[in-house]
Amino acid sequence: MATETLIWLIPLPPLLAFFLIVLFTNKNKALSHSVAIGAAFLSWLGSMIVFARALGVEHLGEHPFASSINWLPTGDTWLKIGILIDPLSAAVLFFVAWTVLMIFIYSVGYHNYGQPAGDHDHAGLPPHGATVEEHGHKHVVPSIEPMYSRFFAFIGLFAFGMYTLVVSDNLLTLFVGWEIMGLCSYLLIGFWYGKPSARNAAVKAFMTTRIGDVFMLLGIAFLYYATGTLSYREIFTEEVLHTLATVPSGVFGLSAAGLIALLLFIGTIGKSAQFPLHVWLPDAMEGPTPVSAMIHAATMVSAGVYMVIRIFPLISAGWAEGMPLNSAMTVIAFIGAFTALFGASIAVAQNDIKRVLAYSTISQLGYMIAALGIGAYVAAAFHLITHAFFKALLFLGSGSVIHGMEHGVLHTGNHKVDPQDMFNMGGLRKKMPITFWAFLIGGFSLSGFPLLTAGFWSKDAIFAEAFGNGHTAVFITLALAAFLTAIYTMRQITLTFLGEPRTKEAEHAQETKWTMTAPLVILAVFAAGYGWVGIPNDFPLLGGVVPNWIYEFVGSTLPEVPEEAAFNAIPLLISVAVSLGGLLISWLVYRNVKTPAEDKLQIPLLKNKYYFDEAYDFLFVKPLTWFSEVFVSRWMDKGFIDGILHIFGPATGRVGAAIRNYIDVPVINQFFGDGSANATYWIGKNLRPIQTGRIQQYLILSLVVIFVVGGLVYFLLLA
Amino acid sequence: MIPLSWYLILAAGLFSIGLFGVLARRNAIAILLSVELMLNAVNINLVAFWRYGDVAQMAGQVFAIIVFAVAAAEVAVGLALVISVYRRRNTVVAEELDLLKW
Repeated sequence: MATETLIWLIPLPPLLAFFLIVLFTNKNKALSHSVAIGAAFLSWLGSMIVFARALGVEHLGEHPFASSINWLPTGDTWLKIGILIDPLSAAVLFFVAWTVLMIFIYSVGYHNYGQPAGDHDHAGLPPHGATVEEHGHKHVVPSIEPMYSRFFAFIGLFAFGMYTLVVSDNLLTLFVGWEIMGLCSYLLIGFWYGKPSARNAAVKAFMTTRIGDVFMLLGIAFLYYATGTLSYREIFTEEVLHTLATVPSGVFGLSAAGLIALLLFIGTIGKSAQFPLHVWLPDAMEGPTPVSAMIHAATMVSAGVYMVIRIFPLISAGWAEGMPLNSAMTVIAFIGAFTALFGASIAVAQNDIKRVLAYSTISQLGYMIAALGIGAYVAAAFHLITHAFFKALLFLGSGSVIHGMEHGVLHTGNHKVDPQDMFNMGGLRKKMPITFWAFLIGGFSLSGFPLLTAGFWSKDAIFAEAFGNGHTAVFITLALAAFLTAIYTMRQITLTFLGEPRTKEAEHAQETKWTMTAPLVILAVFAAGYGWVGIPNDFPLLGGVVPNWIYEFVGSTLPEVPEEAAFNAIPLLISVAVSLGGLLISWLVYRNVKTPAEDKLQIPLLKNKYYFDEAYDFLFVKPLTWFSEVFVSRWMDKGFIDGILHIFGPATGRVGAAIRNYIDVPVINQFFGDGSANATYWIGKNLRPIQTGRIQQYLILSLVVIFVVGGLVYFLLLA
Repeated sequence: MIPLSWYLILAAGLFSIGLFGVLARRNAIAILLSVELMLNAVNINLVAFWRYGDVAQMAGQVFAIIVFAVAAAEVAVGLALVISVYRRRNTVVAEELDLLKW
């Protein structure tokens, strides 16, 4: 099959799976998950073939796989949509395909496939466990998710959105995929809609990302207005970029390119949960864990970063390496670096195993944004890929831990113990060895454990670029964030896996099934090994042993391949020091911490996430409620509009009374009225039976009348 | 090129499905959905006639967009009514909404 045709087909299987499951197979759980995983596998296979073929093309950046069709006629031109696989999207396609497939498989185990139906389970609530009788005594086992098929349908639709976004060659279909994912994110966060917290989290996520999306749509509209096209290949030409960079936009002294880039970037702020629109991501952990892994770590939030990497030529229009950053890049670098530190500082004080990872995701996405802001194009893409692998691994690992803990909770029957609170865990390393080792690899990769992990190489690339190009402020912020990253990662590992079990539930935790552990193992391989494709060529000893593939490959997406930052020992040493130092300090401290009270970092300010939720509630939600309830309803509606009516009411009332007394009552009522009333009453009484009050019967009647009259008119007058 | 009559047949089919839904479904939301189907059948006709007629005349497209806008407004009002009715009477079955009945 021609590669272009294959690329067109990649997103389709998950979409088909969605419709198949929703329309036909939803009653049959086994069939539903087979359809979904089969579809994910087909897309994976297609992606791998495309990726392999992309590797075989020389100068893929100049001659990418591309094809497009006319879609919408707009007066005398056409709006085109199409597909494009250049080195960047090929690399992204690779990790998306792997993580999506792994998460699909993991979901089978996570939703307890093969277990009996629960005793009191309801659709819309997490399963509570089923009682089974074995050898004469009863015990409680995990029960299957009541809406099992629905979950696979949703993640299928989600995968379609992500693949569409990655393979599309223009901002319009990218936006379509983007919004499909937004919808799926809403549906999946609110998957257990019986829980009020999940409902609120879903609405919050949807509303918050919508703010970003509105600005992004404005950016797309402006871009279309300015250039007449939305296709990357037509926009990212020297002429167009030059025009955009020189035309002033009239807002804040930005050039048109700068304004468009910033508007699009606001979309990323929403989607990738950057400050100040980060508030939705931690709450989104209400969804099932595979959702957290897929949407809120590996794919959807990465899509935001992918988009800014994609529009990098636009962001950096008029900028060349070595020049001071332009205004759009400054804003992006600032937001990214700030978010990296900000997210990491909140993560150190969270006790919920998934919330730590949520804030960690916010922080790591900040790294990529910051890297892009300082022009480190390849480093941003590299960290995007490694992060997707190790963060998906960590989320799936945490899901496995929660699952093991839930097993313990079912065993003891004490449902007051929160299976997600890390202070209820401890000592799980012996109970769940595979999960432990996978989580350890993921955690070390996240904190940048030197040489062995992928996270080290990608983070090091960002550090080297920031330091080498003289962005000291960004470098220091990111290094501080890296230190905090190592601290909260080791805190999490120590509290969860090391030491002795702190509760009975942790003592009875159990390793999860192979459908859950196998994806962990595969992702762990990538989380450790993917770094080897991006070792700088002039790195001592290791440099040049494996060529710096990621740099050459992804870098060739840009017309001018960016220069690799020269090797410098200072950022490397700082990176190693903060990573190892953070891990060590954290281990030394937290191996002695047994309760939240002993934890020195439980500062209210950090614990309450800098009171952002409260502040937004005070600044936006409360005023809006006041505006609608008090201003619109009470003042405008009841006061002003009703007030006007109260003036007109009495006046017309008096006129009416006069008419009534002199005309109505004597003439109409007594003369015409009573006579006709009797006649009408008689008619009405006899016609009453056809007034059934059922609209559909009226409609049928009118349809019959239309047919009869139409028929008569046709045959008598026209025929 | 696909002949015009195919679109018209599709639209007629869609319209009939919608009409059937309006007449036969008991759920008020389903009736609303069916009304949407009928509106979309009209849209297909409009756009098809535009495409096969004088393409430079944008009237067909413009009418279709106006129908979208009206349909969106109609659904907003309709759903609000359904929710309001549901809160009051705890049902959305059209046959049970018989306050008008003698």
